[in-house]
Amino acid sequence: MSRGITKILTANEAAATAAGLCRVQVIAAYPITPQTPVTEELASMVEKGELDAEYLTVESEHSAMAAVIGASQVGARAFTATSANGLLYMHEMLHWAAGSRVPLVMVCVNRGVGAPWTILNDQQDSISQRDTGWIQLYCRNSQEVMDTTIQAYKIAEKSLLPVMVCYDGFVLSHASTPVEVPPQALVDKYLPPRTEVFRIFEDGPCNLNPLILSDPRADANGELQPGYMDLRYRLHSDLLSSEEVIRASDEEFLELFGRTWGGALWLYLMDNADHAIVSMGSLASECTIAAETLRTMGYRVGVVGLRSYRPFPAKELGSALAHASGVTVMEKDVSYGYEGAVAVDLKGALFNEGLRPKLHSHVAGLGGRDIMPDEIVEVVRRDMATGPLVSWVNARL
Amino acid sequence: MTKKIRELPQEEYILPGTRSCAACGLMLTYRHALKALAQKKVLITVPASCMTVLHGVYPITPVKVHCINNPFAATGASSSGIVAGLRVTGKQNYKVVAFAGDGGTYDIGIQALSGALERGADFMYVCYDNEGYMNTGTQRSSASPAGMITTTTPVRTKLQQKKDMIRIVEAHNISYIATASPAYPLDLYDKFVVARDMYGPRYLEVHAPCPPGWGFSNKDMVKIGRMAVECGIHVLFEIKEGHLRLTSRSLRLGEKGTRKPIREYLSMQSRFRKITEPQIQELQELTNRRWESFLTRHDEQA
Repeated sequence: MSRGITKILTANEAAATAAGLCRVQVIAAYPITPQTPVTEELASMVEKGELDAEYLTVESEHSAMAAVIGASQVGARAFTATSANGLLYMHEMLHWAAGSRVPLVMVCVNRGVGAPWTILNDQQDSISQRDTGWIQLYCRNSQEVMDTTIQAYKIAEKSLLPVMVCYDGFVLSHASTPVEVPPQALVDKYLPPRTEVFRIFEDGPCNLNPLILSDPRADANGELQPGYMDLRYRLHSDLLSSEEVIRASDEEFLELFGRTWGGALWLYLMDNADHAIVSMGSLASECTIAAETLRTMGYRVGVVGLRSYRPFPAKELGSALAHASGVTVMEKDVSYGYEGAVAVDLKGALFNEGLRPKLHSHVAGLGGRDIMPDEIVEVVRRDMATGPLVSWVNARL
Repeated sequence: MTKKIRELPQEEYILPGTRSCAACGLMLTYRHALKALAQKKVLITVPASCMTVLHGVYPITPVKVHCINNPFAATGASSSGIVAGLRVTGKQNYKVVAFAGDGGTYDIGIQALSGALERGADFMYVCYDNEGYMNTGTQRSSASPAGMITTTTPVRTKLQQKKDMIRIVEAHNISYIATASPAYPLDLYDKFVVARDMYGPRYLEVHAPCPPGWGFSNKDMVKIGRMAVECGIHVLFEIKEGHLRLTSRSLRLGEKGTRKPIREYLSMQSRFRKITEPQIQELQELTNRRWESFLTRHDEQA
């Protein structure tokens, strides 16, 4: 089996290359740092004729999302990319995409949000879109960005849900590393063209996303059709079920491409660990280095890397953390007025699983503030002793 | 050119039982527009507006053509995405036609519309102008005329003149711009046929009288629509490749020079009951200036 060729790529180049390999048909995007190279790379592929797609140079992110939703509604495989305030500007359309059940893929190159302006990395942008009905997958490195973007179309088109592939701005987006680019034929095998039949092209009028009442209502044949809340439940339950689709898509990917990213989450040095670090994205990668150091120092520490933030793999997290007496959550976001969003969600999940480890919520790396593996080692050592339940690491307090 | 009403296609594309108000100007507009549009495969796109209501409540629709609803600000962008999606999936035989109100066009939708026009998206954009946020109960829009009482200008009336949207659209140098009125259905039908068969962005603006919002009795809807044209506050024309030509009743008024004073039009509607004498003067002068400029451009072409 041909496994493709290795190139030196940034995560942005990996995402654009993956979108091309997925044969996306419509791209609409608006430039924003640090996402810009994704849009440039794709525009170049389209203009050179390497990718048979329509590229819409829209006048805003709101319009970018509106355009790819429209394209997807009539059957095209569509792609967009954004960051930070661009993602926030899309907020209305993110809800609209999920409600429309369009299988879009968007990469979010994570960046802190203004005001005040920062162009540097944290994950506040995508975390703030938690409740829009999108699947959110976080990547550790450029290879995972490449592979997750390909998997994302599989997941999106199976679940009829939009997928956001998130990776850290500059830390990954502008860092060049070796990435294996899979051969087109293999991607084609993994990801056949979109096949759903759209009612919009059948005989008889179709009114997509019309006004809907609260209660079920009879159609022209007297059959009862769902009300608003019933459709919301379908969206919610399909998002929950997509956890299995994420896992299956990763397993199928492993068979064809020889790589796995763990489905909804991944474990590192978790055998016999009695303290776990939970994190997402490139910060989770750093946590693995910290865990290695801690192991050499005699601490039984492992890492649980969260790949899927929504759906939140609550049960799997429960199993992974069943024997941990302490948990350190490291994350690049905060739910203002409370704690880190992942820590809060994790506490809820563990409560439902009947687990009560000592859980420490740490906010780190906002707006590009450095956080080094050695510093994570110190945070974990403090947590394992009498460390604070909530802290802002490396912040000038 | 369609000369008699009985020459219009017999087929109706809107069935009885819509949720629009009695004597809705949009309703009559849409009826004749669809007679032109639905002869081809057509896909209507609609932002949040009176048109959403007209199109019915799930799972029933009284309209016999396909429709995709989109958020308020998104019409231009949604439409261009749909056009791109149709093209890449080999369904380019569909005509995409956006129908948005004046709020969705002059105000919240202007950015997405401007973007779509500038990019040369292959679609028709129809603004049905009922001069306010009528779906939410007659709030002021930038298309409301000065002197109009709205629920957000309840005491002093609207103090600013209506935005000149046609000039903004024209600045995008698109191939076809036209105005129409449901009170002149043959002219309206013909313009929808012309626009339907062209490519690139086409913009139509229809003056849509609104009985509850403007304050006149249902039976007078067509009369109000006609009076707006008779006094030149709404002018019927088309601009093809930059060349303006008056049409229908406006063409005859241009030839005869017998426009009515706007006072007559204003006095027929309770929305203008607080308009002051200076406001009337100013509106009359503005109407005259606009009329003269259209007449000059028309004569230059003749």
